[in-house]
Amino acid sequence: MSLLALSGIGKQFGGLHALSEVSLHIERGEIYGLIGPNGAGKTTLFNVITGLYQPNAGEFRFNGCSYQAAKPHVLAAAGIARTFQNIRLFANLTALENVMIGRHVRTQAGVFGALLRNKAVRLEERACRARAHELLRYVGIEKPSQTLAKNLSYGEQRRLEIARALATEPLLLALDEPAAGMNATETEALKALLQGIRKTGVTVLLIEHDVKLIMGLCDRVAVLDYGRKIAEGVPEQVRNNPAVIAAYLGADDE
Amino acid sequence: MEIFLQQIINGLVQGSVYALVALGYTMVYGILGLINFAHGEVVMTGAMLALSALTALIGWGVSPLLALPVSLMLAMAGCMALGYGIERIAYRPLRHAPRLAPLITAIGVSIVLQNLAMMIWGREYHAFPQLIINRPHLIFGAIINDIQIIIVVMAIGLMAGLMVVVHRTRLGRAMRAVAENQHAAQLMGVDVNRVISITFMIGSALAAVAGLMVSANYGLAHYYMGFLLGLKAFTAAVLGGIGNLRGAMLGGLLLGLIESLGAGYIGDITGGFMGSQYQDVFAFLVLIAVLVFRPSGLLGERLAERA
Amino acid sequence: MKNFKFSKRGLLFFLMFVAVLALPFITDALLGRGWVRIVDFAMLYIMLALGLNIVVGYAGLLDLGYIAFFAVGAYCYALTGSPHLALAFPQLFPDGVHLSFWIVLPMAAMLAGGMGVLLGAPTLRLRGDYLAIVTLGFGEIIRIFMNNLNAPVNLTNGPQGISRIDPVRIAGVSLNTTQSVFGITLPSVHLYFYLFLGFAALVAFVSHRLEKSRIGRAWMAIREDEIAASAMGINTRNLKLLAFAMGAMFGGVSGTLFAGFQGFVSPESFSLMESVMVLCMVVLGGMGHIYGVILGGLMLALLPEMLRHSVVPLQQAMFGKVIIDPESLRMLLFGIALIVVMLYRPAGLWPSPVRRRELASDEAAERV
Repeated sequence: MSLLALSGIGKQFGGLHALSEVSLHIERGEIYGLIGPNGAGKTTLFNVITGLYQPNAGEFRFNGCSYQAAKPHVLAAAGIARTFQNIRLFANLTALENVMIGRHVRTQAGVFGALLRNKAVRLEERACRARAHELLRYVGIEKPSQTLAKNLSYGEQRRLEIARALATEPLLLALDEPAAGMNATETEALKALLQGIRKTGVTVLLIEHDVKLIMGLCDRVAVLDYGRKIAEGVPEQVRNNPAVIAAYLGADDE
Repeated sequence: MEIFLQQIINGLVQGSVYALVALGYTMVYGILGLINFAHGEVVMTGAMLALSALTALIGWGVSPLLALPVSLMLAMAGCMALGYGIERIAYRPLRHAPRLAPLITAIGVSIVLQNLAMMIWGREYHAFPQLIINRPHLIFGAIINDIQIIIVVMAIGLMAGLMVVVHRTRLGRAMRAVAENQHAAQLMGVDVNRVISITFMIGSALAAVAGLMVSANYGLAHYYMGFLLGLKAFTAAVLGGIGNLRGAMLGGLLLGLIESLGAGYIGDITGGFMGSQYQDVFAFLVLIAVLVFRPSGLLGERLAERA
Repeated sequence: MKNFKFSKRGLLFFLMFVAVLALPFITDALLGRGWVRIVDFAMLYIMLALGLNIVVGYAGLLDLGYIAFFAVGAYCYALTGSPHLALAFPQLFPDGVHLSFWIVLPMAAMLAGGMGVLLGAPTLRLRGDYLAIVTLGFGEIIRIFMNNLNAPVNLTNGPQGISRIDPVRIAGVSLNTTQSVFGITLPSVHLYFYLFLGFAALVAFVSHRLEKSRIGRAWMAIREDEIAASAMGINTRNLKLLAFAMGAMFGGVSGTLFAGFQGFVSPESFSLMESVMVLCMVVLGGMGHIYGVILGGLMLALLPEMLRHSVVPLQQAMFGKVIIDPESLRMLLFGIALIVVMLYRPAGLWPSPVRRRELASDEAAERV
């Protein structure tokens, strides 16, 4: 059974059909890439998958359950975590706090727990902190964990977003152009990081402009154009698909 | 029936003032996505400036027919300068700051304006000088007087003018472009800062006219008048669909009607338990109802909840 | 070495504790009894500011009608702890209602919190600006009701307000009397000082515990970026509602204390300007930082008195009459402070240690 199964997803804004009849399956443990020219609806689809937009039509199944008009926090609890194209960290909080907030959905303490701070709460807090430190090391943020997120370097901010998403213990990690603005070395490090994450059993969904990265990393790729899926398959297949070539050539003159 | 008609007339007069003020809120919101809390105080400043100018001019023996337009112009100029200044000082530096920041400076500006007005003009009510013989006219038993007619006609004229500016001129096109996408407009060569400044100035000029209208209608002006008026005009803008010019006009008129009919009949509805002193509550109830049931307002297309 | 350090810090805290306990006596001796009363009010304002800080500082929601919850608390106790209801319901309550303060306190807190939820629910799913304007309107509506609910049934006694409210009693001892403990004479204002100090400390403790918890972190995440927060699994609507309700509860508690202390409430005490003043305390002190907010509360609560004692004589000396009354000068200063702080020092006068350290490192980086 697929981890994520979308069938016939449609999304309209006013009269504009941003997505129509999009169906795709993401299998457990794979790295799945989503590409397409500018304005093809990649980010819209991404926002539908992460609950930021509610689709107008279609069926959304994740991990065996059906979701209808689910809010982002519900999907996060179900196991979908994301990063943002234009980095959205909690800028005035520390790197550590950013990752600890990612643990929110896997921890329990409420108001009374916070006030009484009993043994269970203290233990939970300690575990949360330890896990956050671990994740910061894992993504390779060397700066002190008390650095404010906004004072990290660009590459570190990108990696912090990944650490924060991983803190939610996702089944599916959805990354919106994680390599945007990175140089070749940084992209190479990112590639290694993502392969490592996949080895831990997390499924990865990737939107990317960097076709080279997608082709070198993904097990399967889907191509969107004008809100429709025009191709899907292993990178080699997709690369030679005439419809894909046409879509990209047609978009070249923009 | 006469009472009903009378409330309709009162509502329309009051509503046209709300509409003018609501336009100021909605224009700024459309372009910057910001509630200009200080707008109510700009209306107050306009009323006070106009009133001071009028009193002074008439004191010098200037004919009322000349004094009125001159003082209106002065008030409009003053308010335009004020609107420009508010945007430059309190909003522009915070355009990329967290959302809370411009809201806080906005409330700060309101407080400053209100208290400056109190220092300049005092705590007392200022009477509006009698300029023309305000003849009452009888329509089916309801009364409408000259000033009220002038208010409605002027409001309609100004709104029509604004629509022409926004939809038919180069400036209007630039304004709509900035409202749609600031960044893209800039790339297309629109001077975004200039357009924003002009928007504030147009809104403030309308506010000055509205201020003069309110004080002429009630015969008074007061340093505290801007607060409730601003709150209600904002409600009108939300009711019509904030960011939408036609919505602001519709919302203003509707709110005026709701308020005046509500105040006229609340006694009957509650069996005498509540009287017209609760008039101000209606605007608030409307605001809550709109936010609960249709946050995008009557004519709003854009969802109020935006990503 | 470490032990020594710890004890030094402990000693500092102990000295501060003693100084705060001695504050009413010191104030009484140096400035007179009237100032002790002012210090009492400062404690109340600190409580209010800490409550609002949860809403504005932690969750980043602008509440411009905060004083309305203070009013709800105050009127709760004014109605249920005074002879007033005898006027409205002579048969039912011939002597009015005289519930114990300690029974009314939790009820008032719940009522204020409940009103917070009712008010927040329709607006919190929308953008923050709407909450600001709705709370602004709510503050005004509450005042309209307080002013007009004296007819046909006299509930609030209108603009005259409700007087002869029972004082707070602890174990049967009225705080409106002078007591003597271990040979130390404690006038009423001193007793109330310790009561308020206790409550302020409790509110500060609750704030602190919340700030350093999963809930507090979630609030701050919402403040920083609501969309990212919800993508991380935070139920933003519920948590915003929680912040709003908790802030309202603290407002209600402070209001109840205010009514018991003052013995009199009227709509005048709950104007928009009071809301703005509390907001100013939070913003000026340092949004989200408990010590900063306490500092802000203390400063702004004492400011009017200082102005009264400086501006009036100064103007009289210079112009022979008072041109600008201290009241409007105070509000003008508040307005200017809100603008200037947001423009030049958005973290407030006393930012939290993390931010301070970061500011320092920014400056260090710039120097390099």
